[in-house]
Amino acid sequence: MVPLWWHISLGVALFVIGAAGVLLRRNILVVLMSLELLLNSVNINFIAFGRYYADFRGQIFAIFVIAITAAEVAVALGIVVALVRNKSTLKVDDVTVMKG
Amino acid sequence: MDQGFFLLFAAVAVITALIVVLARNPVHSALALMACFLQISAVFVLLEAPLLAVVQIFVYVGAIMVLFLFVIMMIDVREAVLQRFLPGGNLPALVLLVLLGAEMLVLVLSSDRFSATEPAAMGGGDQIRELSTTLFADYLLPFEVASVILLAALVGAIVLARKESG
Repeated sequence: MVPLWWHISLGVALFVIGAAGVLLRRNILVVLMSLELLLNSVNINFIAFGRYYADFRGQIFAIFVIAITAAEVAVALGIVVALVRNKSTLKVDDVTVMKG
Repeated sequence: MDQGFFLLFAAVAVITALIVVLARNPVHSALALMACFLQISAVFVLLEAPLLAVVQIFVYVGAIMVLFLFVIMMIDVREAVLQRFLPGGNLPALVLLVLLGAEMLVLVLSSDRFSATEPAAMGGGDQIRELSTTLFADYLLPFEVASVILLAALVGAIVLARKESG
């Protein structure tokens, strides 16, 4: 079988790549997709630990993470559509209305 | 055998994840993300979580990515393709990312909690039946809360995306 730390390392790699997307990209759609990547890397960790310690709670938490992600994407894409309609921009740098 | 498959899926997942971040065109990012989710669901199959693998394909590849592509189709991304990719002055973010990755890898590799090579034996019997019994008995309240959150997100998305009627 595959050692546990291989799965954790895959999770770490995907998490760092997703964080790079969130921090470095300026396109709001790519930032959202990188957020999906972050949540998926956490799901890999949940399921790997659940499998290696023979506990169902890992899978149950992964199911809840997926449900919350679906809700988050629906609201975020609604915000993106409203943003494009009102300000016609896709760059996160142009949306600084709430900056103090 | 398992190790070879895991390495294959992990390598393709990391490469497609890099394409997601590096691609200029958001459509290419979305397609690469779809491929990455398929690899991750294959990893779930290797972890003997077939229900999660199927849910991953249904929800992520089937619903979320189609929603992304639909929004990309609705709005004009030609300007986004032309815009500067990875603008300069990101040194603090890069340093932070390298530190984060190095820290996590050092902690994982130096700890002996992650050195398990054989998964603990799952009790025999129908695993999905046991999983759903746990979900609907011990975790019934979080399940109901999740359904309320989904309903709230549905209403919120409709209100946000609606045209202002005046």
